[in-house]
Amino acid sequence: MSKEPLMHIVKRDGVSFWRGALVRLIAVLLSLIVCAVVIVALTGMNPLSVYAGIWNGAMGTTRRMWVTLRDSAILLCIGFAVLPAFRMRFWNTGAEGQVLVGAMATAAVMIYGKDLPAWALYTLCPLAGVLAGLVWGVIPAFFKAHWNTNETLFTLMLNYIAMQLVSFAIVFWENPKGSNHVGLINSQSKAGWLPSIGTNGYLLPILIVLALMVILFIYMRYSKQGYEIAVVGESENTAHYAGINVPRVIIRTMAICGGIGGLAGYLLASGVGHTISTGLAGGRGFTAIIVAWLGKLNPFAMLVVAFFLVFMEKGSIQIATQFNLNENASDILTGIILFFILGCEFFINYRIEWRKRAREEVKA
Amino acid sequence: MQTDAMIEMRGVTKRFGAVTANEDVDLTVRRGEILAVLGENGSGKTSLMNMLAGIYFPDAGHIFVDGREVVIRSPKDAFTLGIGMIHQHFKLVDVLTAAENIILGLPGRLRLDMKQVERDIRALTEKYGFEIDLERKIYEMSVSQKQTVEIVKMLYRGANILILDEPTAVLTPQETDKLFQVLRNMRDQGHSIIIITHKLNEVLSLSDRVAVLRKGRSIGSVNTCDATEMSLTEMMVGKKVELDIDRPEPVNPVMKLRLSDVTVTDREGREVLSHANFEAFTGEILGVAGIAGSGQKELLEAIAGLQPHVQGRIQYRNRKGHIKELTEMTAQEIREIGIRLAFVPEDRLGMGLVPSMGMTGNMMLRSYKQGHSFFSERKQPRTLAERIMRELEVVTPGVEWPVGRMSGGNVQKVLVGREIASAPQVLMVAYPVRGLDINSSYTIYHLLNEQKKNGSAVICVGEDLDVLLALCDRILVLADGHVSGVVDARTATKEQIGLLMTNHTAKEAQA
Repeated sequence: MSKEPLMHIVKRDGVSFWRGALVRLIAVLLSLIVCAVVIVALTGMNPLSVYAGIWNGAMGTTRRMWVTLRDSAILLCIGFAVLPAFRMRFWNTGAEGQVLVGAMATAAVMIYGKDLPAWALYTLCPLAGVLAGLVWGVIPAFFKAHWNTNETLFTLMLNYIAMQLVSFAIVFWENPKGSNHVGLINSQSKAGWLPSIGTNGYLLPILIVLALMVILFIYMRYSKQGYEIAVVGESENTAHYAGINVPRVIIRTMAICGGIGGLAGYLLASGVGHTISTGLAGGRGFTAIIVAWLGKLNPFAMLVVAFFLVFMEKGSIQIATQFNLNENASDILTGIILFFILGCEFFINYRIEWRKRAREEVKA
Repeated sequence: MQTDAMIEMRGVTKRFGAVTANEDVDLTVRRGEILAVLGENGSGKTSLMNMLAGIYFPDAGHIFVDGREVVIRSPKDAFTLGIGMIHQHFKLVDVLTAAENIILGLPGRLRLDMKQVERDIRALTEKYGFEIDLERKIYEMSVSQKQTVEIVKMLYRGANILILDEPTAVLTPQETDKLFQVLRNMRDQGHSIIIITHKLNEVLSLSDRVAVLRKGRSIGSVNTCDATEMSLTEMMVGKKVELDIDRPEPVNPVMKLRLSDVTVTDREGREVLSHANFEAFTGEILGVAGIAGSGQKELLEAIAGLQPHVQGRIQYRNRKGHIKELTEMTAQEIREIGIRLAFVPEDRLGMGLVPSMGMTGNMMLRSYKQGHSFFSERKQPRTLAERIMRELEVVTPGVEWPVGRMSGGNVQKVLVGREIASAPQVLMVAYPVRGLDINSSYTIYHLLNEQKKNGSAVICVGEDLDVLLALCDRILVLADGHVSGVVDARTATKEQIGLLMTNHTAKEAQA
């Protein structure tokens, strides 16, 4: 007869907060050690100087620090565009498109309304961005609510339509003509540009996203609508049973998600790039999904994740130039760190029992 | 070691996190006997058997088969030892025939000789007296036929120790008798059979010996001939229990709910409930009996406004005697016109409650809409949750503890507690004591009786006919979506109801 298995897995029942934190901390330390081994093995370089390079790239100068923080905020904002939907188990893979149409609508207002008074532009630009994103979010929700279409495919395909729309708009907006680029919009007058706070051009988007974070947290946790989202996400049957109008909740929630996506688009077009292109979202609509899940749909945890991802991205650019490494080198490091952080969740939820030490004798 | 011990488990322990499913359990199964493993829900019967079947691996303890110590790491190991388990949820491929399911996964020659296989199986079924159509597809079969396929599958694989997990939960009384006869035949041929159950009458009529578990520990085993219902209950619960269900006379019953020619069709347009006619009265408990899936769920959901395709009329009479039409109303609309209709659905965690939320969050399911504030009111639901926790003795670390992690009995108390809290005029409950231990079951019966005394019309869908006959005033029997009869529970017999349950031709329903 075969022997007892070498090991088997046993579920843990709840781990104290500090123990969980300790496991996660150990995971991060282990990941850094493994990263160091990989760096030495692949490049023969001193891992500490590579780590320093990453730090330098993300936080090395005041300007870099602000850029890192601002880009984290934007990524976080796009993460918020999928958060309520995910809580509802509506797989919104269309944040990319919602951001793009939001940015496009903002750019349109900036271009066609450049002679409007400043206050009008400051109101119209975000309004247009949010509305456009909202429409882009409501379309798949409407179909889902009424004909139960697959939202993953639907939102995904809308991304490509959004990209084509932007390509089409660029034909009219290109500047200079024939360049196939829009260039800086209103580069002289800066009409519609997100204003600076004092001399700091980075702070305002960060503050907007932080405010959004708090609002969203309260909305999800304490409002009736947030409660409905949680119930619909848990089970549509329960929602029907409780008399919740499920189609309305789906559409309303996606309107919020799309609106937030549109807001991120507005921030990108009016506050960051001051232009519009098909690559404006740059895959962040998908990275946002990672942000949401790693943050376990908690706005505050998502903040940490978004910062980490942007930090590593900025660091990678630095080590690529400084050490003449491929930019993918940093992706490998990010991958290793994520592997450990995700993997440690297993050890928080389960423990491993090894084969019995010296089998106790019972035959008598 | 005795030579007649087929299986011996010694000191077996299994834990799931902080929950101990089995602790230091000893169990012996003899050759050629039917052993009933008896215990309340959550006493660790199924997890103990799963360790024999190779589904769980014990944390500690020893298992001997035929006097030899063995390690069972997988269902395959269990098969090699001749142990076969029939689970509550059948593991069959719907689109294959019975014969194909029986040989599925077995090694064989490259060329499959179905004729020979069927001859082999037939020899087996005749030996034990099974009735089975080998060429029939599984999806065309009734639950009892599927169960037969499962048993034959195990025998065909050479199992001589058969474990059945609550095999009668889904059967009519007649089907149960048939199953028991087959099991007796198998025992007489030298097979050992373990049957998991919490129904005492079955234990007494079928088994040779009873092993009792309580809270994961083995309490002991007795020969069935020395046991009575009372003595077994005492072993199971640990104290004397009053087994009589109270049944007060209805006090001036008034028609509360009338269904006229109600037909429910599912998404594919099939009729799942056909032309149902009946009335429910205040101050009485109307039982609903039937084989699982005969339209019970659709009946209750149609009244509750949760079924999208309902024809016919559903009428409700309020306290002033006015008739209100509930037909085509949604659950929300019914509540908006002020009718307090409470519903404890069969799928507690998938419909009645939100598993990831605590008791407070689940109380809000009924009340969160109140008031005009944008924010939800949490104080009142919290007070209600605390009250239910106290009054119904719900065992939970706190009102914020996710209900999905509570035991079945406590989940049901939370759900019933919430539904009763609204002082309902109509109370509908589906399988209210499924999965509950004896004490919790009696708590629920008591709560239903209390609602009855308060003048609610109570409709109770049940599976245990003994309980329905003891608790209800009238029993409505469903057969394949048709109301095949309404009987007086004080005079009707189990056999009479059993016949009505299988009576597919009775289309004329009575009022």
